[in-house]
Amino acid sequence: MQTPKLRRAFGRPSGWTIAAWIAAAAVATPVVTVFSHVFLPKGDIWAHLVETVLGAYVTNSMLMMMLVGIGVLIVGVPAAWMVTLCVFPGRKFFEWALLLPMAMPAYVVAYTYVGLLDYAGPVQTGLRDLLGMPDGLHWIPEVRNLPGAALMLVLVLYPYVYLLARAAFLEQSACVLEVSRTLGCSPTKGFFRVALPLARPALAAGAALAVMESLNDFGTVQYFGVDTMATGIYRVWRGMGDPDAASQLAALLLIFVFIVFGFERWSRGRKSFAHTSSRYRPLPRYHLTGWLKFGAIVGCALPLLLGFIAPAAVLLSWALNHPEYWWRASFLFLVRNSFIMAGIAALLGVALAVFLAYALRLHATPATSLAVRIAGMGYAIPGTVLAIGVLLPFAAFDHAIDRWAKATLGMSPGLILSGTLVAVTFAYLVRFLTSSLNAVEASLGKITRSMDHAARSLGRGPGSTLWNVHLPIMRGSLLTAGILIFVDVLKELPATLVLRPFNFDTLATVTYNLASDERLAEAAGPALAIVVVGVLPVILLSRAIGRSRPGTGGAVEGIVP
Amino acid sequence: MLGLEGVGHSYDGASEVVSGFSLGVGAGEIVCLLGPSGCGKSTVLRLAAGLESLQRGRIKLRGETVAEGESGLSEPPERRNVGLVFQDFALFPHLTVARNVGFGLAGLAEDQRSQRALEALNQVGMAAYAGSYPHALSGGQQQRVALARALAPRPSVMLLDEPFSGLDARLREQIRDDTLRVLKRSGAATLLVTHDPEEAMFMADRIYLMQAGKLIQSGPPAEVYARPNSEFAAKFFSNINELEGVVQDGAVATPLGSIPAAGWPSGSRVKVLFRPECLDCAPLNGGVSQTVLPATVTEVRFIGVARLLRVSTHAEGGRALDLQVRMSGAYAPEVGAKVGLVLDPARAFVFGSAQHSKPQNASPQTLAELHPNA
Repeated sequence: MQTPKLRRAFGRPSGWTIAAWIAAAAVATPVVTVFSHVFLPKGDIWAHLVETVLGAYVTNSMLMMMLVGIGVLIVGVPAAWMVTLCVFPGRKFFEWALLLPMAMPAYVVAYTYVGLLDYAGPVQTGLRDLLGMPDGLHWIPEVRNLPGAALMLVLVLYPYVYLLARAAFLEQSACVLEVSRTLGCSPTKGFFRVALPLARPALAAGAALAVMESLNDFGTVQYFGVDTMATGIYRVWRGMGDPDAASQLAALLLIFVFIVFGFERWSRGRKSFAHTSSRYRPLPRYHLTGWLKFGAIVGCALPLLLGFIAPAAVLLSWALNHPEYWWRASFLFLVRNSFIMAGIAALLGVALAVFLAYALRLHATPATSLAVRIAGMGYAIPGTVLAIGVLLPFAAFDHAIDRWAKATLGMSPGLILSGTLVAVTFAYLVRFLTSSLNAVEASLGKITRSMDHAARSLGRGPGSTLWNVHLPIMRGSLLTAGILIFVDVLKELPATLVLRPFNFDTLATVTYNLASDERLAEAAGPALAIVVVGVLPVILLSRAIGRSRPGTGGAVEGIVP
Repeated sequence: MLGLEGVGHSYDGASEVVSGFSLGVGAGEIVCLLGPSGCGKSTVLRLAAGLESLQRGRIKLRGETVAEGESGLSEPPERRNVGLVFQDFALFPHLTVARNVGFGLAGLAEDQRSQRALEALNQVGMAAYAGSYPHALSGGQQQRVALARALAPRPSVMLLDEPFSGLDARLREQIRDDTLRVLKRSGAATLLVTHDPEEAMFMADRIYLMQAGKLIQSGPPAEVYARPNSEFAAKFFSNINELEGVVQDGAVATPLGSIPAAGWPSGSRVKVLFRPECLDCAPLNGGVSQTVLPATVTEVRFIGVARLLRVSTHAEGGRALDLQVRMSGAYAPEVGAKVGLVLDPARAFVFGSAQHSKPQNASPQTLAELHPNA
């Protein structure tokens, strides 16, 4: 006999639960596809790979993970600590401005720095003029290498650590920092002995997110000519035309990702132990003076300058100096393409997120919960892996339909899924559902259950309740969720590059292609467009930060997966 | 109108939060489900509303079975046509008061809908606020709107879950009074869940007292108060004085006189319980008799309608007793005053003490039952 618990969990699955499982299965498809190729016989190319470049790919990826992980902590943690727990001129400004680099795609930063530090770039030219040395200046470091790529990634990824660290410092402040102060801890001592150990789980989670993003990165490393697993997949597939070997490489990359992902989840699980009080009390802030004050300003200004202001200024000057590259109809066409794609993905993504979150609210069974969690894991899948994982099953489906149609109808329907907007939109949904799902779940969680019960007892079914009660109440959060997906899609490069329909260009792909051809000034227009739109979620975040107080960790809900 | 038969429920599959619970509410009747927090009373209400699917037993609405544990039948809440009022009122923040109240009238045309909504608002005296949003209302006003919203579709059964506990004390009495009248006028069968015995006695035609998922006692408030069937039931409604004694020939000898305990075999150790207002307290002027127990006032608390006294008896070859007295009237002794205590034996309850449970077929009884003329 089934116990009631089992019956509740697995018996009589409702339509909502079944649909949630279908969504979860769809999100899992790319991962399953990639792993299923591990068991295929390994061809010559794989053997060739192992003999030649695989070692380099893996070593480079691991080096990159390490450098990025350390880098984001070095930049993000002190900045977060200073803006939350110290007083110095400009603190309020830095509190939100430090998020601005999030608006920059890494590959855009990368190519602006190449332009900036080139022999013909403004830095070298300026120095030559200043020092009166016509050539020479060999001491200017080369950025187009692995440490350079890691630095670019650190500049745009440190906000993950900054955000989570800031939230962690805010939460712990009320209860323990005051105590540490009364026990005679100096600011530095308090930081190392109390604040840092307590925030460790949050810091680890932030660094893990940044490391995952670095594994996902394709544009920067490809542009800098650094061979990582992500670029390797692309090369093996596109260059050598071996999707099986590419999938095997993708599976290897996924294993790396899952290790980091597991670490991140584990860190966040431990985070809850750090919260001992949710009561609000004003923060005890340290007033910095003299050199410390100067150091704090520099420590906050430098990442902002290097990660946002400098590259944005370079883009702006290129764009203003060469209006002919973007002041034309084809650019508008490009913007339209990008916006349509991002808009479709945002609409579908929000709808799917609402649907999944509501299914979980209606039937909080382990089965539904598992399905929703799986559907929310897509952010961990690197774009190149996703591209392979989407294209292979879609192409197989198209070929099957094609064969069937030719055999029975005597005609060919052409490509239905692969190479169309369907494939690329599907990939976006898989990868970016997470952020919107988090935003929607958080918002839905704030609506008390008695709202549902009141509506239901007044004769409305679950669907009508969602439409008439939850959706209107959640309006603001749905907009946020949509904007998050929209911006992520605009910035996304590798999956778009591979999956877009033939001759269908977006801002991201055009930026990348022009930059790859060293037509940097031409790339400035589309790149700037991405950055301008990318600032939107930063504004949302900074508004949330303005509202947030100790005890409310809500500021990062949704934005950080 | 509303009937529950042998209802049982468990959230984790192991321990039952409600077991073997039955209850009936007739049209126009107000029944209060009373019990300490966590006793399962809210679960009973949720089951009746259809917010939880029924695991054991049967639930009937208007004579029809709407949920049955055996067959797995469980009509969803939207098809039960019951009115629900919540502790947090659960008004929809994005809708005006009028639209909140009209929410359950989806079947009506727009003008009929707003007319009926206004009618319901009139009933609770909130028609002037039809265009306001809930956040602009005070707690009491929100409660009235929530009541109007639940009543608007004219449900034959109303379910209220701690509807007054979100209000502050002064307001609570007023709202309680108004709500009672509105409910009575609506003619709906009402089930109200509360943990406050005073509220239950004020509102209810009948009280169902629950403990740990089980029904302890049910009946009209006066009966449940005056004739509790257990120590728990006696203690739930007020502070209580407690004496111990041994039954000897159908009576317990106590410092306050002999309390009849018919049905208890001689030698049984029993507890004698009585409420603070059952002790009569008068100035002690010499005349100490067998039934007047001398004591000294140790504490006086004035609460307006009455005085609460703590008194201590003089130890005479035994332990001193600390007793509580609740008295109204002109006599106002001060701390240190010598008083004489008299207990009305008809208002004392006799229950088995912890060591000796009561005899199998002698139900605990009050003296009133044994001596109707006493």
